[in-house]
Amino acid sequence: MKPSEAMRIAWEAILKNKVRSVLTMLGIIIGVAAVIIMVAISAGTEATISEQITSLGSNLVFVQGSFQRGGPGQIPTGGLVYDDAAAIQDNVSGVVSVVVEQNSSETVKVGDVTLENVELLGTTTGFPSVRDMDIAEGRYFSEKELERKSKVAVLGSTIAEELFGDENPIGQTITVGNTKLVVIGVFEEKGLVGNTDFDSRVYLPISVVFQKFIFNPFARFMGDNIRMVYVEVDPAANLDDIITQIELLLIKRHEVTADTADFAITTQQDIIATQESTTAAFRSLLAWVAGVSLIVGGIGIMNIMLVSVTERTREIGIRQAVGATPSDIRIQFLTEALLLSIVGGLIGIFVGVGGSYIFGLISDMRTVIQASSILLAFGSAAIVGAFFGYYPANRAAQLDPIEALRYE
Amino acid sequence: MTAQQTIIQTIDLTKVYGMGDVSVAALKGVSVDILAGEFVAIMGPSGSGKSTLMHILGCLSHPTDGRYILDGEDVSHMDRAQLAAVRNQKIGFVFQAYNLLARTSALRNVTLPLLYNHANPKTLAEGDEKARVVLELVGLADRMNHQPHELSGGQQQRVAIARALINDPVMVIADEPTGNLDSHSGEEIMGLLHVLHQKGTTIVMVTHDPKIATHTQRTIHLLDGLVDNVVNNGHDVAQVSDLRYKEAK
Repeated sequence: MKPSEAMRIAWEAILKNKVRSVLTMLGIIIGVAAVIIMVAISAGTEATISEQITSLGSNLVFVQGSFQRGGPGQIPTGGLVYDDAAAIQDNVSGVVSVVVEQNSSETVKVGDVTLENVELLGTTTGFPSVRDMDIAEGRYFSEKELERKSKVAVLGSTIAEELFGDENPIGQTITVGNTKLVVIGVFEEKGLVGNTDFDSRVYLPISVVFQKFIFNPFARFMGDNIRMVYVEVDPAANLDDIITQIELLLIKRHEVTADTADFAITTQQDIIATQESTTAAFRSLLAWVAGVSLIVGGIGIMNIMLVSVTERTREIGIRQAVGATPSDIRIQFLTEALLLSIVGGLIGIFVGVGGSYIFGLISDMRTVIQASSILLAFGSAAIVGAFFGYYPANRAAQLDPIEALRYE
Repeated sequence: MTAQQTIIQTIDLTKVYGMGDVSVAALKGVSVDILAGEFVAIMGPSGSGKSTLMHILGCLSHPTDGRYILDGEDVSHMDRAQLAAVRNQKIGFVFQAYNLLARTSALRNVTLPLLYNHANPKTLAEGDEKARVVLELVGLADRMNHQPHELSGGQQQRVAIARALINDPVMVIADEPTGNLDSHSGEEIMGLLHVLHQKGTTIVMVTHDPKIATHTQRTIHLLDGLVDNVVNNGHDVAQVSDLRYKEAK
């Protein structure tokens, strides 16, 4: 039988049973659409995350302190102290600037507005450039204000709006805990980076945080504890070399060995790599789930085709009587299964692309439609159709013509 | 019609269903010869093996033993695909229940065997032309776009006969062709078969109706899987045809 004839017969059979054909295709339609939508969501998430990571600032090395608390009554030891940052700045070559962060949370009041548990971020003057934050209004605090422990604050865009609404916050006073701070600037909107909302924090000189918001009775002997040191490095410098220098310096300063180090150094590349492996795992999980629905769709085709073969036993008998060979019958039903899954796949592409687009519009998630997922889903649909169509087609081909002609 | 050639020759055909103790022999050694251009009836009570014999003669199944030579070719041991090709090119079937494809026009039903004629493929246009010729022969030229449910039983059987003729078979096997028809339509169909016979088509008809059987030249009576006797119905080919066709009209 000529392929064009097989296609024509299959197409007629599909059109003769429109409702059944659509129901048969439903599984494939959903499967293909699911693959496209899920891949679009995960690609969208991935794109968002990688943009966020780049927006952390470039060429960063993160030095994070890890505390080793002793038993009750003992002095907590280890971790990074404020002076470590200065030491890194002074002793490691290839460092452009060093930013220190220590956070706390306090109640913030302005007039009638009271916000509980607002994150305070004590930091240094290099912060805006290292973390890639721009001032929208006013200015950032200066080295002098940092040294003098000036009571000034720079607000994130969200908190500025919550506290002052349409009013200009510059020059206004806010009460943080029991301390009054003067607002000298507001950052531009930055958005959520990872789990950190940069826009709902209050930024102030770290010296003020140490003095007013973190009580550390041991600071006089050990220095002020800090959570994190951000080191911005010269893009031209050797990153591994800088990491080694920082490691050696801190080991010496803290009087520890490499095995008992009370700090950890990570780079932006490490974070990107971690995020990428997480999103890759996420994406392949989604693809598998969608793939399973495609297989379920294929089983649906097989079931309906088996029913169809039984229903059309008489027709098969007639065709055999007038000379259809087993392979003619097999080709006919295989073509039908294939055509069903291809048409289902095409409808699925429409639904998937449209669904991704609509999903991106109505939800917070971003969707990026991947051409590769369309090809993959469509190809899988065709393969699934051929694979699951084979068994019913073969059943039809093996029917005995006499039995088939007698079938009522 | 002179020097008639043998179209069907069976030698000791047997057919056994089942195996071992539960096996049933439907045919126990049937040898018949049917010549080209003959119109033969196969008769017998139910269980006599006439359906089994028809299935083997129609290449729908294999004999268990014995030989079947159709148009000079031994088809006893052909595989399913080869038998399908023989059915397609050498045999036209007319069934009691018409067996047309539902929701398919008379024209497409008639062209159905052409789809499977791999040896002599025809273009769609050639096939349609041929189908028009045979539909005209059976008197349904004006009904070719009708679907089976829009046709009477007699008309459906005419479509089936047209389908049987489309590949120019060496013989037509008719299985109780008038069984589902009223007597008037039955006479018409018999008349049509006589016309075909007159034009030289070999026809083997299975029936249980002695009246219908007398329309043919010879009746082969089967009983318990064996040929009981062969009755010559005693009239010349042409005479029968003329007579019956006039009656049908």
